Amino acid sequence: MDFSEDQIIRYSRHILLQDVGVEGQEKISNGKVLVVGAGGLGAPVAFYLAAAGVGTIGIIDGDVVDLSNLQRQIIHFTEDVNKPKVISAKEKINRLNPDVNVITYQELLTSENALAIIEDYDFIVDGTDNFPVKFLINDACVIAGKPFSHGGILRFDGQTMTYVPGTACYRCLFHSPPPPNAVPTCSQAGVLGAVAGMLGTIQAAETLKYLTGVGELLTNRLLSFNAKTMDFRTVGTRPSAKCPVCGSHPTVTQLIDYEQAVCDISNRKKH
Amino acid sequence: MDKTHSAKSPSGDLGVTVNGKSQELHKPVSLAELIALNNITQPDMVSVQLNGEFVYKEDYASITLKDGDEVDFLYFMGGGNL
Repeated sequence: MDFSEDQIIRYSRHILLQDVGVEGQEKISNGKVLVVGAGGLGAPVAFYLAAAGVGTIGIIDGDVVDLSNLQRQIIHFTEDVNKPKVISAKEKINRLNPDVNVITYQELLTSENALAIIEDYDFIVDGTDNFPVKFLINDACVIAGKPFSHGGILRFDGQTMTYVPGTACYRCLFHSPPPPNAVPTCSQAGVLGAVAGMLGTIQAAETLKYLTGVGELLTNRLLSFNAKTMDFRTVGTRPSAKCPVCGSHPTVTQLIDYEQAVCDISNRKKH
Repeated sequence: MDKTHSAKSPSGDLGVTVNGKSQELHKPVSLAELIALNNITQPDMVSVQLNGEFVYKEDYASITLKDGDEVDFLYFMGGGNL
């Protein structure tokens, strides 16, 4: 790939990095990343990947922008309220960096479409707000052999891990979804807006590390932090032989649409 | 995996590490008791790792902690989009 003069300037701070250089920037520019959810996590992830010049960014989200999203979903602006999130996100990405090819999916990720959608991408970022889709992303990526970044935030806390085939998957740590309604999501419990940015930028950095091959990914480790104390902690883990999807006797061999917590569904219907 | 671990010294104190911090136990306790001791009010929200291995909920009561065990409570964290 030949970079134009403007592109050399635009990406100069990457190119200056010894570990990245022109070669690394080429890998970023050839990269294809799917961001699932254009919300609290998806917004900073998509923004930083766009700024970095990731060649193709897919965004899947079936929701429209709500006024209550703007406290943290920085890719959406006041005038975007009621606009589909994927359209709003695409518009901002195009303005930030016209080099990026944005593919939008204005729908929810389901067991029906997941494998076909992720097939086209090198790396998948989980920026979703609910467990059915978190487990769906994990299972689809394990089955398809795709790497992904898991992310979750709640109140003042964040948690993330990176999966590449052969390392511990989300189900190695969390075998099955918690009972619906046992776990509050942001819509019920609240979240400090900046926590979404903290976690989303970690996911974006992991994505860029994966594309460039720089450094050590957050694999076989779960990173958790609490913004009240600013304590960060990494728990070591390993692939579990008992894992229902990547273990030695998998019981999950096809994708499952788990039941959504009732409160989430009612929240969605509001739109 | 063995479901029962024997404490090094049933009468003496034993030290375990819970979420990276050491905790002294004055008597052998099960994983279920440790969960209660740590005031985890909603065990449904927690996945438990013992020495880096996932533990099934059904086994919490039958596993007795031994000296040096490392226990991690990993919280389900679901937010991000809405």
